[in-house]
Amino acid sequence: MNQTIKRTDSTSPLSVGALLTVFLLLTIFIAANAADKAMEIQAYTFLALAGAFLIGICLWGADQNSKDAFDETEYDDKVVKVGVAMSTFWGLAGLLVGVIIALQLTWPNIFYFADFGFTNFGRLRPLHTSAVIFAFGGNVLLASSFYVVQRTCRTRLAGGMWPWFVVWGYQIFIALAGTGYLLGITQSKEYAEPEWYVDLWLTIVWVVYLLVFLGTIWKRKEKHIYVANWFFLAFIVTIAMLHIVNNLSIPVTLTGSKSVQLFAGVQDAMTQWWYGHNAVGFFLTAGFLAIMYYFIPKRADRPVYSYRLSIVHFWSLIFIYIWAGPHHLHYTALPQWAQTLGMTFSIMLWMPSWGGMINGLMTLSGAWDKLRTDPVLRMMIVSLAFYGMSTFEGPMMSVRAVNALSHYTEWGIGHVHSGSLGWVGYISFGALYCLVPWLYKRPALFSRSLVEWHFWISTIGIVFYICSMYFAGITEGLMWRAYNEFGFLEYSFVETVEAKHIAYMIRALGGLMYFAGAVMMAINLTMTALGKGEARDSEAAEKSKQAAGSLQPAE
Amino acid sequence: MTDANHKVEVDEATGTETTGHSWDGIKELNTPLPRWWLYIFYASIVFAVIWMVLMPALPALPFTNSGHTRGLLGQSDRVEVMAEVNRLKAERSAQAGAFVDASLEQIETDRNLQQFALALGESLFGDNCATCHGAGGRGAKGYPSLADDVWLWDGTLEGIETTLQHGIRHEEDDDTRNSAMPSFGKDGLLPRETINDLTEYVLHVSGQDAEEDAVARAEPVFQQECSICHGEDAKGMRSEGAPNLTDAEWLYGGDRATIFETIYNARNSHMPAWSDRLDATSIKALAVYVHTLGGGE
Repeated sequence: MNQTIKRTDSTSPLSVGALLTVFLLLTIFIAANAADKAMEIQAYTFLALAGAFLIGICLWGADQNSKDAFDETEYDDKVVKVGVAMSTFWGLAGLLVGVIIALQLTWPNIFYFADFGFTNFGRLRPLHTSAVIFAFGGNVLLASSFYVVQRTCRTRLAGGMWPWFVVWGYQIFIALAGTGYLLGITQSKEYAEPEWYVDLWLTIVWVVYLLVFLGTIWKRKEKHIYVANWFFLAFIVTIAMLHIVNNLSIPVTLTGSKSVQLFAGVQDAMTQWWYGHNAVGFFLTAGFLAIMYYFIPKRADRPVYSYRLSIVHFWSLIFIYIWAGPHHLHYTALPQWAQTLGMTFSIMLWMPSWGGMINGLMTLSGAWDKLRTDPVLRMMIVSLAFYGMSTFEGPMMSVRAVNALSHYTEWGIGHVHSGSLGWVGYISFGALYCLVPWLYKRPALFSRSLVEWHFWISTIGIVFYICSMYFAGITEGLMWRAYNEFGFLEYSFVETVEAKHIAYMIRALGGLMYFAGAVMMAINLTMTALGKGEARDSEAAEKSKQAAGSLQPAE
Repeated sequence: MTDANHKVEVDEATGTETTGHSWDGIKELNTPLPRWWLYIFYASIVFAVIWMVLMPALPALPFTNSGHTRGLLGQSDRVEVMAEVNRLKAERSAQAGAFVDASLEQIETDRNLQQFALALGESLFGDNCATCHGAGGRGAKGYPSLADDVWLWDGTLEGIETTLQHGIRHEEDDDTRNSAMPSFGKDGLLPRETINDLTEYVLHVSGQDAEEDAVARAEPVFQQECSICHGEDAKGMRSEGAPNLTDAEWLYGGDRATIFETIYNARNSHMPAWSDRLDATSIKALAVYVHTLGGGE
C-alpha cells in the first residue's frame, strides 16, 4: 500500500507544475489584453508570484535531495513551517492596518492622506478584515490542520507537492485580494470583496486543500478519526460551499476585473449573510475549535473532558449554525418569517456553541494549576472564556428587540472583536506558541516572560477595545432612537458620531496594545526558531531531535 | 489499530473512564453530557418551536396559501410600522395644520408655531445641513457660519427660504443664486505679481499689516477688476454673493497665503437646492430655525 502512495506522490510536482503553467499562460493573455489598468496590475502580480512558485519547483526538482522526497516515514513539517511564518507575518500586517483605521476614525483630519487615495478608510477597512480573518486566521488554520491531521492520523500528508500548492496558492490569493482592494477592485460584499477571478483561484486552491485533507484521513493509521479532524473537515467543506454560492457572478469581460452578481436585491442580501454568518461559524468557530481540540489537551497533558459532548455539540453546531444568517438582516426588506427563523435558530445555537467551551475548559480538570505557570495554556483557556462570552452575546443580539438597539452600532464591532481578538486571536497565538518549538525541535520558547507580557498587554487591550465599543454602541443606539416632545429626532447623526470620540480613542489604544503584544509574539517565535535564549538546544535535546520528526509508533 | 489497543482506563484526577482511544497521546474521557447543558439546550429548542408557532415563521407549507405561516399572535412588522406612523401623524397634525398655512412672519411671532418650527427645523438641520455647516450652524472652512450676522446673499426669512429652495450655484436649478469670481491666476487674467499686490490690498482693507507700495499699486487694479462685485469700498455686494473684505469674517481664511490662493484660483462653492428633496413645510421650518440661530435679519 505504501508503495502505491509513493508512486502517486512522486508525480505530483509535475502535475502541480502543469496546472501552474496553464494558469500562467492564461494570465499572460489577460495581462496583454487587460480591459482595465487594475486588472493588468493584478495579472502581473499573479505572474510574479505563481511564476516564482513554478521556478521554485523546478529548482527543487533539479536538487539531488529531492529524490528522497515525500518519505512516508516522516511527517511533512516544512509546509507547516511556511504556514506558521505566514500567519505571523499576516497577523502583524492585519493588526497594523486595524490600528491605522481605528486612528482614521478617531482623528479623520490627521490620518487622511489626500495624496494616497488608496489609504482611504473605505479601502483599508476590507484590507484589515480580510488580512486578519483570511490571511492570518486562514494561515493558522492551514498550518495547524496540516500539523494536526498528520499527528492524529499517524501518517504523512497526502498529495506530495499538492500541500505546497495549497499553502503557496493561498498566499497568492491573499496577495491578489489585498492589492486588489488598494486598487479599488471590490464586489462590495462584506468578507467576500475579491472579484470573480480571485474567487475562481481560491476555489481551485480550496478544493485541492479538501482533497489533501481527505486523502490524509483516507490513509490514516488510526482506526477512529479524532474530533479535531471532524471540525477541520466541516470547516473546509462548508467554506467551499459558502464561497462558491455567494460568489456566483458573471464577469463583464474575461479580461476585466468587474463582474455582475447573479442574485439581486434581498436574495443577494440573504445569500451574502448566509455566507457572512457561516464564515464566522465555520471559518472562525469550527476551524478554531479544531485547533482547540488538539492544542489544549496536548498542552495541558489531560484527556478531553467528554467524548459524548464533542459528538453532540459538533453535530448540533453544524446543523443549526447554517440557518442563523438572517439575524444579520433584522428589520430590513427581508421577510419577517425569515427573520423569525434566523432568531430562533440563533437561540438554539447557544448551547451547541458552549459545548466546545465546556469541553475545552473542563479538560483542565486536575491541571488547573498549570494556568499559573504556563502563559501559553492560559492564553488558550482565556480564549475559551471569550468564546463563551461572544457565543452567549450572539444569540442575545439575534433577539429582534435587542437587535433593534444594537444593529448598525459599535456594539456589533465590540461583539465581533471580543470573538476575534479574544477567541480566534488567543487560540491562534496559543497554537503558534506550541507549534514553533515543536516544529523546530526547541526545548522551550525563546522567552517565557515575553509571553507573559504578550498575554497581559493584549488582555488589557481587549478589555479597552470591547468596553469602549459597548459603551459607544449603546450610547449611539439610544441617541438614534431618542425623540423630542414633538416627535422629532432629538439628535442629528453627526452628534451621535461626536459622542463616540473618547470611546474611539480608547479603542485605538486597545488595538495598539493588542498589536504590541503580537509584535512581542513575532519576536519570540522568530528567536525560538533561531534557537536563541531559552530555546537554545541542550545536548540531550539535540539527540532527541533525530527521532522526533518520524511517525509515532503504533500503540 | 486492533482491539488490543483499545484500552479503557480510569483517569486518576477525575475518576472517569476513558473511551480507550488515543491519538498522538490525546485520550478522551467518557463523561456523560452535563445535565444543565442538556436541559438548557432542550429549553432553547422548546422556546424556538413556541416562537415559530406564535410569529410568522415557516414558508412553503401546503396550508399556507399566502406563502408562510402568520403565527398565532398575528403580529406583522408592516402593520405595526404603519400604525406607528399614523399615530405620529395624528399627533402632529394639530400643530402642523396651522403651520402649513402660516406665513413665515406669523410663525416667528406665534409662540406655539415657532416652537414647532424650531423642533422640526433642528431635527432636519441635524440630518441635512450639519454635515457641512456643523452642529448648530457654526460653520467650517468653506462652509459659512449661520449663527452670526454675516450674510453672503440674504439674511432675511424670505431670503433664507429662497437659498434653501434653490441652492447656490446649483446647476440643475434655474433660479439658483449664481455668480462666478474669475480664477485670476489660474486662467492667466492677471500676472502673479499683480495678484501678490491685490493680496496686500485685501490685507490692508481688512485692517491687517500690508506692504504699502503694493497696496498703492493694487488700488487701480482692484477698482477695475474687483469693485464691480466687491464694491469700491470693498464692503461686498449681496446681490452677487460677494463677501465684505473689510471685516474680520472669512469663509476660507484671511491670512496672506489663503487670500492669494482665493484670488489665484477663485472658490465659487456650492450648496444644493433642497426643494426637490424636502417638502415646503420642512423648508419653511428650516428657514425659521436658521433665522433664529443668531443672526437673522
